[in-house]
Amino acid sequence: MVATWLAPTAIFRKLSMDGRVFFWRIFNRPMSSESTSRQADDIPAPLLAEIEEVITHYPVSKRSASLPLLHLWQNHFGFIDDTGIEWIATKLELTPVNIYELVTFYPWFRREAAGKTIIRVCRTLACAMAGAYALREKFCEAAGVDAHADHHGFGQAPPTSPDGKYSVEFVECLASCGTAPVCLINDDLHENVTPEEVGDIVKQYA
Amino acid sequence: MVSLIPQPHPRERRIIFENISRPGWSNDLDTYIAHGGYEQLKKALGMQPSEIIDAVKAANLRGRGGAGFPCGVKWSFIKRDDGKPHYITVNGDESEPGTFKDRYILHHDPHQLIEGVLIAAWALNVNLAYIYIRCEFPHAARIVWNAIKEAKAKGLVGKNINGSGFDCDIYVHQGAAAYICGEETSLIESLEGKRPYPRIKPPYFPAVLGLYMSPTIVNNVETLCHVVHILRMGAEEYAKMGTPGDGGTRTMCVSGDVMRPGYYELPAGAVTLGELINDVCGGLKPGRKLKAVIPGGSSAKVMRAGEIYKVKVKGPDGAMVEKEIPMLDVVMDAASLASVGTMVGSGGVMVMDDSRDMVWALNNLNQFYAHESCGQCTPCREGSLWMSKMTTRMLAGHGAANDSATLKNVADNIAGRTVCAFGEACSWPTQSFLDKFPEEFAALGNGK
Repeated sequence: MVATWLAPTAIFRKLSMDGRVFFWRIFNRPMSSESTSRQADDIPAPLLAEIEEVITHYPVSKRSASLPLLHLWQNHFGFIDDTGIEWIATKLELTPVNIYELVTFYPWFRREAAGKTIIRVCRTLACAMAGAYALREKFCEAAGVDAHADHHGFGQAPPTSPDGKYSVEFVECLASCGTAPVCLINDDLHENVTPEEVGDIVKQYA
Repeated sequence: MVSLIPQPHPRERRIIFENISRPGWSNDLDTYIAHGGYEQLKKALGMQPSEIIDAVKAANLRGRGGAGFPCGVKWSFIKRDDGKPHYITVNGDESEPGTFKDRYILHHDPHQLIEGVLIAAWALNVNLAYIYIRCEFPHAARIVWNAIKEAKAKGLVGKNINGSGFDCDIYVHQGAAAYICGEETSLIESLEGKRPYPRIKPPYFPAVLGLYMSPTIVNNVETLCHVVHILRMGAEEYAKMGTPGDGGTRTMCVSGDVMRPGYYELPAGAVTLGELINDVCGGLKPGRKLKAVIPGGSSAKVMRAGEIYKVKVKGPDGAMVEKEIPMLDVVMDAASLASVGTMVGSGGVMVMDDSRDMVWALNNLNQFYAHESCGQCTPCREGSLWMSKMTTRMLAGHGAANDSATLKNVADNIAGRTVCAFGEACSWPTQSFLDKFPEEFAALGNGK
C-alpha cells in the first residue's frame, strides 16, 4: 500500500524543471494575456548581466534572489507575465508557484502594464489629516485617470489614463509623515504637496 | 528626494543626526571619514567581541524598531563560537505610520549604518549581513548600495577588513511594499524568498533559528547607528544621556497638527509630552486645542488630552505610592509611557487637535491594518478587515447600537491569538480609541 502511495511522488520528483513548467502551463490559465508577446523571449544582455550579478549576493540560497529578480524584471518590462514567472523560477531552480505566490502577495508587483508614470499618494493617517484624499482626486483629475475606477490589487495595474501615461493609486504609509501629504512619483518623493501644485507636478512627468 | 534638514532645536542633542545637520554634509565616504568616520570600527576590531557586547549592555540601548528589546541582551543570545554561520539583517522596512527617522539615515548618512553593521558583525562573528530596505525608498537602496561599494573599495567591507583578517560582506535587499516585513521573522522569510508569513516563537527565535535556520540578529537601522556612538562616547557617558533602562537619545518623529512637525533627536526622557508638543514642536495650530496623541507609531495606544493617569512610583522612603500624572506631564521614555498604558514604540508621535473625528482617525488606521495583515492567522486576517468595515459603515451613517461592543469584542479576540505582534498592533488602536473616546463611537452607533 505504502509503495503505491509513494510512487506518484517519486515520478513527480523525477520530472525535470521543464516538466514542472509544463504542468504549470496546463493548470494555470494566464491571468492577463491580451498581447501574445512573451517577455522571456526578449531579455536584453544588460538585464541578464544584472540578474547574474544579483544572484551572487545570495551565496547561501539562490531562492533569496527571487524578490530582487522580480524587481529587475518589473523595472525593465513594466509588469511580470507568465513567462517571466516561469523564467525566474527556472533560473533559481524553483517551481513557478514559488514565484507566483510572491507576485500575488506583494502589492508592489503587477501582472499587467501600468502607466508610464505611477503616482502613489500616501493614504495613511498623517497624510490623510493633511488632505491626502482630496489630493488623490486632484492627481486623478490632472492625470486624466478615473478616480472611481475599481482597483482590487492582486496584480492588477492601478487605474491608468487612457493615453497610458499615468497611473494613480493610494498606497499605505510612505514614512514621511513629518512632511505630509506626500506622494511617490516613479522614484521621487514629493513632500508637502498642495492641491495647487498638482497640475505642475503632473506636467513634469509628461 | 527628502526635504532639507532643519536646524536642531536648543533642547535637542543630535548624535545620530549630527552628521546630517552639518552644513555642506554629503553622504559620500570621504566626507564621512573626514568627520571621524570608521574610527570606531577600527577601534572595535582591536577590542574583544565580548567587550563590545558588554558596552552595548551597559549603555542600556533599547531597540529602536518598536518592541524596545534591550539590544545588548539580544546580542548575548548569539553564541559566538557555536560553529554555525551567523547573520545580521538590518530592518530598514520603516513602515509604521508616524515613523520616518530611518529614511533620513539611509538617504543622508549610509556610512554611519554600515559602520554600525560592521561593529555588530565583529562582535557577533558575522560574515554576511543584509540591509532590508523597503522598495518605496528606491533612492535609499541605491545610496546604501553605492556606499557599500565605496567602503569595499577602501577595504572596509568584504575580505580582510582594514587588515584585521575579519571578513564581512553586506548586501542591500529590497522589500516589495508589505508592512508585515518589518516583523523580524517575516523579514527573514522575505529575505529567504518566501511569502513573508511570520514564524512562530518558540521555536523560531531569530537568535536561534533565523535566516537559513542559523542564528541571526535583526536590528533596526537606528539601533545599529547607536552602537557607533556607544563606542565613541563610552557606554557610561552614553547611558547617562538617557534614563535608567533606556540609554542614549531617541529620535522623535512628530507629525499631525503641530506647527513644526518633523524629527527631533532628544535624550531619552529629557522632555515631557507637553514640552515636546508645545515647546519643541511650536505648539498646536492657532486657535486649536489638543485632542489626542498617539505616542509611538500607529500601533501604540492613544492618549486623550486632559487625562490624568494614576501611576505607582517609588516614594522617598522606598514604598510604592500612587501618583497622579496629567497627560502632558508624561515623560517621553520607554518606562514612563509603559506605566501609563501605552508605548514609546518606534518614536512616531502623531498629534490630533479638536478638529479631528476620532472614528474617522481609527477608520484610517483600521484600513491600514486590514490592507497589511498578511493573512496567516485567522483572527487577524478576518478581524482587521471586520473592524475596518465596521468603522467605515459607522462613518457612512449606518451604525448600529451595539457597534462599540462588537468592535471591542473583535479587537479583544485578535490580541494574543496570532503568531506575531501584528495582532496586538491592529487591535490596540481599536481598543484604546473605544476606551478613550466612547462618546464619539456611541454617537455614530444609532445611525447618525
